[in-house]
Amino acid sequence: MKIESVNTVVNAKKQFDEIAQQFETFRILNEEGIVINEDAMPDLTGEQLKELMRRMVYTRILDERSISLNRQGRLGFYAPTAGQEASQIASQFALEKEDFILPGYRDVPQIIWHGLPLYQAFLFSRGHYHGNQMPEGVNCLAPQIIIGAQYIQATGVALGLKKRGKNSVAIAYTGDGGASQGDFYEGMNFAGAFKAPAIFVVQNNRYAISTPVEKQSAAATIAQKAIAVGIAGVQVDGMDPLAVYAAVRDARERAIKGEGPTLIETLTYRYGPHTMSGDDPTRYRTKEIDNVWYEVDPLVRFRKFLEAKDLWNEEEEKKVIEQAKEDIKAAILKADQYPKQKVTDLIKNMYEKMPINLQEQYEIYKEKESK
Amino acid sequence: MAQITMIKAITDAIRTELKNNENVLVFGEDVGVNGGVFRATEGLQNEFGEERVFDTPLAESGIGGLAIGLGLTGFRPVIEIQFFGFVYEAMDSLNGQLARMRYRYGGRWTAPVTIRAPFGGGVHTPEFHSDSLEGLLSQQPGLKVVIPSTPYDAKGLLISAIRDNDPVVFLEHMKLYRSFRQEVPEEDYTIEIGKADVKREGTDLSIITYGAMVHESIKAADELSKEGISAEVVDLRTISPLDMDTIIASVEKTGRCIVVQEAQKQAGIGAHVVAEINERAILSLESPVLRVSAPDTVYAFTEAEKIWLPNDKDVFETAKKVMNF
Repeated sequence: MKIESVNTVVNAKKQFDEIAQQFETFRILNEEGIVINEDAMPDLTGEQLKELMRRMVYTRILDERSISLNRQGRLGFYAPTAGQEASQIASQFALEKEDFILPGYRDVPQIIWHGLPLYQAFLFSRGHYHGNQMPEGVNCLAPQIIIGAQYIQATGVALGLKKRGKNSVAIAYTGDGGASQGDFYEGMNFAGAFKAPAIFVVQNNRYAISTPVEKQSAAATIAQKAIAVGIAGVQVDGMDPLAVYAAVRDARERAIKGEGPTLIETLTYRYGPHTMSGDDPTRYRTKEIDNVWYEVDPLVRFRKFLEAKDLWNEEEEKKVIEQAKEDIKAAILKADQYPKQKVTDLIKNMYEKMPINLQEQYEIYKEKESK
Repeated sequence: MAQITMIKAITDAIRTELKNNENVLVFGEDVGVNGGVFRATEGLQNEFGEERVFDTPLAESGIGGLAIGLGLTGFRPVIEIQFFGFVYEAMDSLNGQLARMRYRYGGRWTAPVTIRAPFGGGVHTPEFHSDSLEGLLSQQPGLKVVIPSTPYDAKGLLISAIRDNDPVVFLEHMKLYRSFRQEVPEEDYTIEIGKADVKREGTDLSIITYGAMVHESIKAADELSKEGISAEVVDLRTISPLDMDTIIASVEKTGRCIVVQEAQKQAGIGAHVVAEINERAILSLESPVLRVSAPDTVYAFTEAEKIWLPNDKDVFETAKKVMNF
């Protein structure tokens, strides 16, 4: 948005120019995998750097296989993740096990790396409640379907962690679309008011299904929306895993010190369709736009960085790919073998004590299911 | 006349009213460039321009509020809630604010808004997308709620909804979007809101229903006829306000009745229909009025939806119970 007017009461141009200067994109690695911001370099060992790469490669394969399994009818609902690995995987990599993740529907990889077994992620895709039964110690919510609803819930979790005296945070993910929803503002505003240890990640992948980010808001960045609620905000190159890691790590440290929440906007791109349920990106994006983003691919960039440090080679990569394929095969088998869910299971899950209407209906559906 | 699907009939109705009335505006999430996630507004932005058919930021409450404001400045908004399960985000805009505009201002300001939304089960969606929440809107005085079951009805009812000077919620069952074609006139025509339609005539039993369950009920009626039972299928088409005349005439003729809805037993409009029948025609009844519905849980996760959703067999069995009472 270009603002020219310079009035006596409100100098809008000055206001907006100053905001724009505050939100220059934070980067550590350039497209060639060269460190351009040595001061911000996170303190990660060679093994940790390799592990981050492994997880990103693994997740890219998981995405490819999930798309193919969906096409074969072996998976249900699926929202592709390729292109967003740095935003998703590096942000989760910056967390500790006891931190809580409140994901959106595209953020399945983060909860897998936080401890959700793969076969359960597949069951979630198929719409089986066991996919949402997080194992003990896995602090994740189910991928949220209502855009932005997880933002205010994350504030609740974060406030709870603070009241319990825990040294942990709640992190919520949404896309650029979610930043338009009222819950987005409410979540951040509450968190700011209560100094709750929350981290709000907006993966700005440029499109809310088909609507480009320029048409979603007059604000030049999503990060600057933090200003309105008085919390820290940062825009990060979301194709740069080290920058994403450093930004989340920094937000986490400040949150635990009691300095309140942070909004992190990661600039990224989803290569695939919105979901596998009939979205056709060629209706709203061009090949040229896609190509601009393929060239800054997070895996390519990080691979170059690691190869220059002699931490990565083709063999390492092959090993991860083989491992991923094997795990996926085993997980889908395990998902197939898991007992089909029944309506009677769902009836049991409605209340602690089954009310009379459900007691009656339980008997009816038990009878139906026995046929 | 062309044979078209319900989704085409809906597009046709919106196009007709965009042409007929320059105050008609169409907006919502992805309705412009993308033509809607189900293509209900396919081609309309190209044809009528971005000023009249446009994408909004992603916020259902915002869409509802915007419609109220545009209504106040003389426009006639046709908004889309991308999936009806997302309506919770817009409940204040719709049930809270929109529904009371005429009442609050003594008719000085009104809300000529049409709220379209896909809903309904059986198409393997994730959570929220399939929920039958029509009861929540039907229980709100000030809103009308329309649910077509055929392409022909969809076009005529949607045109009426857009022309209505009060807010109309227009719910489109996803399973019916492309499941069959029907002859639909190319010219504009209206079907009166608040009028039910007897989709199949019968003399022994009335099946009162709406939406996708109309088709399950017709299948059941065909099966019942093989046993010599003549079932009448009444498609409510509008669930608020109810067409009491048609319902009562049918029940007085047959003396037996079941009410069929896809929504849970404690949701939908079924209980209200039964209460109206009891108040107006109890002496004509040979048997209690029974209901066919989904169980009282949140909409079933995909894997269990087949058993969860009511079907023709459930209708058949319940009809037999009423016949054998």
